[in-house]
Amino acid sequence: MTELKTSAEIGGMGHSVKRKEDPRFIRGRGNYVDDVVRPGMLYMAIVRSPYAHAKILSINSEKALAHPGVAAVITGETLKEYNLHWMPTLMSDTQMVLPIDKVMYQAQEVAAVIATSRYAAADGVELVEVEYEPLEVVIDPFKALEPGAPVLRTDKEGQKDNRIFHWEAGDKAATDKAFKDADVTISQDIYIPRIHVASIETCGIVAEFDSVEGQLTLWMTSQAPHAHRTVFAMVAGHVGLSEEKIRIISPDIGGGFGGKVPIYPGYVIAIAATVVTGSPIKWVEHRRENLQADSFGRDYHMHAELAADKDGTMKALRIKTIADHGYTDAATQPSKWPAGLFAIATGSYPFEAAFCEVDGVYTNKPPGGIAYRCSFRVTEAVHAIERLVDILADDLGMDPAELRMKNFIPPEAFPYKSVLGLEYDSGNYAGALKLAMEKIGYQDLLKEQKEKRERGELMGIGISSFTEVVGAGPSKDFDILGLKMFDSAEIRIHPTGKVLVRIGVQSQGQGHETTFGQIVAEELGIPVSDIKVEHGDTDTAPYGLGTYASRSTPVAGAATAMASRKIRDKAKKIAAYLLEVSEDDLDWEPGKFFVKGVPDKAKTIQEIAFAAYTNHPQGMEAGLEAVSYYDPPNMTFPFGSYICVVDIDSGTGQVKIRRFMAVDDCGNIINPMIVEGQIHGGLTMGMAPALMEEISYDEEGNIYGGSFMEYLMPTAMETPNWETAKTCTPSPHHPIGAKGVGESATVGAPPAIVNAVVDALSHLGVRHLEIPLTPEKVWRAINGL
Amino acid sequence: MIPGTFEYHKPSTLDEAVALLASLGDDAKVLSGGQSLIPMMKFRLAEPANLVDINGLEGLDYIREADGYLTIGALTREAELDRSDLIKSKYPIIHDTAHVIADPQVRNLATIGGNLAHGDPANDHPATMVALGAEVVVFGPNGSRTIGIDDFFLGPLATALKANEILTEIRIPVPPANSGGAYIKFERKVGDFAIAAVAATVTLDGSGKCVKAGIGLTNVGPTPVRAKAAEEALIGNPLTDDNIATAGRLASEASQPVGDQRGSEEYKRAVVEVLTKRALHKAKARAEGGK
Ligand SMILES: Cc1cc2nc3c(=O)[nH]c(=O)nc-3n(C[C@H](O)[C@H](O)[C@H](O)COP(=O)(O)OP(=O)(O)OC[C@H]3O[C@@H](n4cnc5c(N)ncnc54)[C@H](O)[C@@H]3O)c2cc1C
Repeated sequence: MTELKTSAEIGGMGHSVKRKEDPRFIRGRGNYVDDVVRPGMLYMAIVRSPYAHAKILSINSEKALAHPGVAAVITGETLKEYNLHWMPTLMSDTQMVLPIDKVMYQAQEVAAVIATSRYAAADGVELVEVEYEPLEVVIDPFKALEPGAPVLRTDKEGQKDNRIFHWEAGDKAATDKAFKDADVTISQDIYIPRIHVASIETCGIVAEFDSVEGQLTLWMTSQAPHAHRTVFAMVAGHVGLSEEKIRIISPDIGGGFGGKVPIYPGYVIAIAATVVTGSPIKWVEHRRENLQADSFGRDYHMHAELAADKDGTMKALRIKTIADHGYTDAATQPSKWPAGLFAIATGSYPFEAAFCEVDGVYTNKPPGGIAYRCSFRVTEAVHAIERLVDILADDLGMDPAELRMKNFIPPEAFPYKSVLGLEYDSGNYAGALKLAMEKIGYQDLLKEQKEKRERGELMGIGISSFTEVVGAGPSKDFDILGLKMFDSAEIRIHPTGKVLVRIGVQSQGQGHETTFGQIVAEELGIPVSDIKVEHGDTDTAPYGLGTYASRSTPVAGAATAMASRKIRDKAKKIAAYLLEVSEDDLDWEPGKFFVKGVPDKAKTIQEIAFAAYTNHPQGMEAGLEAVSYYDPPNMTFPFGSYICVVDIDSGTGQVKIRRFMAVDDCGNIINPMIVEGQIHGGLTMGMAPALMEEISYDEEGNIYGGSFMEYLMPTAMETPNWETAKTCTPSPHHPIGAKGVGESATVGAPPAIVNAVVDALSHLGVRHLEIPLTPEKVWRAINGL
Repeated sequence: MIPGTFEYHKPSTLDEAVALLASLGDDAKVLSGGQSLIPMMKFRLAEPANLVDINGLEGLDYIREADGYLTIGALTREAELDRSDLIKSKYPIIHDTAHVIADPQVRNLATIGGNLAHGDPANDHPATMVALGAEVVVFGPNGSRTIGIDDFFLGPLATALKANEILTEIRIPVPPANSGGAYIKFERKVGDFAIAAVAATVTLDGSGKCVKAGIGLTNVGPTPVRAKAAEEALIGNPLTDDNIATAGRLASEASQPVGDQRGSEEYKRAVVEVLTKRALHKAKARAEGGK
């Protein structure tokens, strides 16, 4: 457990301090983008394509413009005048803002109507007449790669097929040899379907251009306001936008999960519209637009293989993946590897050889490919390895827990360099699994299952012992269009000892206003109630790369600790001066410096703060402030072991999660209550795609799952009672030993659930099932259909 | 998700409401709970030029027994059915039904009249009313008329209601002694329409033989489906596991599902069979005095 070094009143690391942001949310005083109202504001609504692939023959805005309240219709031609009809994606691909001649996916933006009310704008959308000529649609990424498939990106010079990239890691020859020499090999095709983050708050923007000052102010649902500001300045510099005159305010955000990292065409159109009309413009997506057109997660078709000895020792891993990125590579992952951190696929096991390859493919679907709480393809990789381990256990007739225990990387092997090139910082995998087994009563469950099976009842137990990788990232490996992935904190101690902390990351519900205060409280002994944390306004907060991929604590959290330590260093000098001793004679305890051996001779941090402005040593600058930009030396590797127990209704195929024990290890914990909340939410968001959520398309590219009628988000009624426990293995390279926890549960939960369901049906010969495990899929498996 | 333009009318008497409907013609829609109509308008799947809000009409909100009938006023909310002691104790099948409709927020507004008048075979009350042999009372320019439930549903979103008529009451014959009923719905998640659902009612004689049976199926046909052959197979026979299994099979044969995101035709038929059996077992247990 995280050691408590401060009193509850100070509320440093390890205290379940109540969330400072909650009173305003509970009282309805949150301030979201849609709450922003500006004088003379106009509303924008978007015309979207009914076709997945079509030529645009004409766009006629006449009727829309004649409708009362409609002020303007913006098309690709309008934007072309400013050369703003295309934009780069964060993966250095290109994307249409509004099309000139072709649409590439259903629900793509085709034109925008600007009007005096939302109603008039929506009416206007119906009145814009667009003539299309349908083109051949490419939906299946395997067909997209076949010779003769229509080349979709005719706009890209030199693009002769639909392949975006080929990435590989590991030693192919050594892996192939290990497979040849192995006693046992298994292989499994695994598809991780497209899903959507479906945040409670959809995306939106209020864009206001002051043509006199040349100032552009954007209230925007942005997980990365600073990076977005720079991108806007780089992309629209030629029309006079200059970075010091762009201010992005990312106010309260109702959930991000990666879906608010990309720059969507709607934002750019709204910016163009405020410049063109001279009025502030508000655009807030409807739920259906959000589900149909915004960035998705997953869509990985994997062929996964594992080689092992007869006794269960795992030897080699091989995974070949087709990654469906849709119309353009607009994934929002800043690593130098196009498949992100998929190299975590060797999981919690010390393979001797491994080889992974991923081919990115264009299809006529919306672009994206990272969003939804997955730290850059870790969810897919973990699903593959944790399924393979269970299949191997089944083939060898071994208990899946025993097989994992036999293979885990041992605690003394850390830091551990994996064959795919990652250096795991710390771990105790057996410890986590052992605790999970104890807590859930694993042996009793096995007995119960045996009895139930004899009575013909279907019960399953599934394990997942995942390793996560978060905290992007070291500047040598991570950037967004060149911007390195450091993060920042700026701390000001006021004369009365109260504190303003400004951080480069941005909260979408994670509780930064509380937890970052706790880091400062831990380091300086100032009560967390005296610390105000601000973020999300590019005019005031220090530069940072944003909150996603569980990176806030690993990166900005480290910066906050480092800035606090700079302040403590200066405070020590002041204390020595005030106490008339040398710095070496001082000891620190949270909240004060005292003379070694004479605890009464002390100066509190508040007294020191006052002195910093009133009575500081000569030659020292006044004030007590610090800034830190933290470039992490490595990523952090949270881990855990989950055990899931399911009961299955053999008549309908319905899966019921009866119990779910989650043991997580995210290193040192800042606020146990908030971590618990992250895990509960993450488990639910892991269960969702395992059992319910999917976005799919028919052959014409029509979307299924484009509204909440079909996109099945679980509610409290579908959610089981999560049981949680923790182990604590601090990160050795992180200033406060923390690792990040936002995505662990989303990554770890799905394979535990699938393993449990497959286990329940294993005596019927079932060896694998694809997610989501809909009742019909399970019913078919039970009935051998 | 933003509706088109419409005129809003709020009559205060039934006569006024019917007169309004008559004068506005096909361009008008009755608004009761709004939980089906408003979503359709927000998607612009329905764009009525006029809404006639009947929530101001008095005396359409009641649940009572009189003259051998349970009568329910059309404006009775699902939440009231869910809470009613009379319904819970004597008509648990209706409680089963109301309880699985949507979620508490929707149930606070949605009305039983709207649920039937909407004519959606995915709605839950229609099959229950088929199993209960209900009648529907409607009021139009020429006064009231009563429509048997088997004549009420004509097709998807089509009923025997005329554009100038308002559904005012649902009438259910008070079941004889030794009767029981149950509604079992299988849904993908709470608040979703059924993959399939089955309403079953049975009446037993002193020897345990089934003398009356009603079976209605939800969301497996263009209208709620009465599983007639299954009912007939039960009548005159004891409700043994075998007989119930036969009824399950016949109900499955009577269903007319089409494959969609909720499941294939084959799967839905299998679900109908399983649910019919479960609903009949539960109805039987209730007829015998159980819960
Ligand atoms: C999220 C959600 C989930 C839902 N899930 C379910 C479910 O699981 N099961 C289920 O059965 N239903 C479900 N519903 C539908 C809900 O029960 C509806 O409210 C109901 O079907 C219609 O009742 P209403 O009073 O809201 O009617 P309204 O929406 O007001 O009207 C529906 C239609 O009936 C007509 N109408 C209404 N009342 C009368 C009347 N007295 N006379 C003549 N015509 C009339 C209207 O003109 C309109 O065409 C759901 C709705 C929502 C929003």
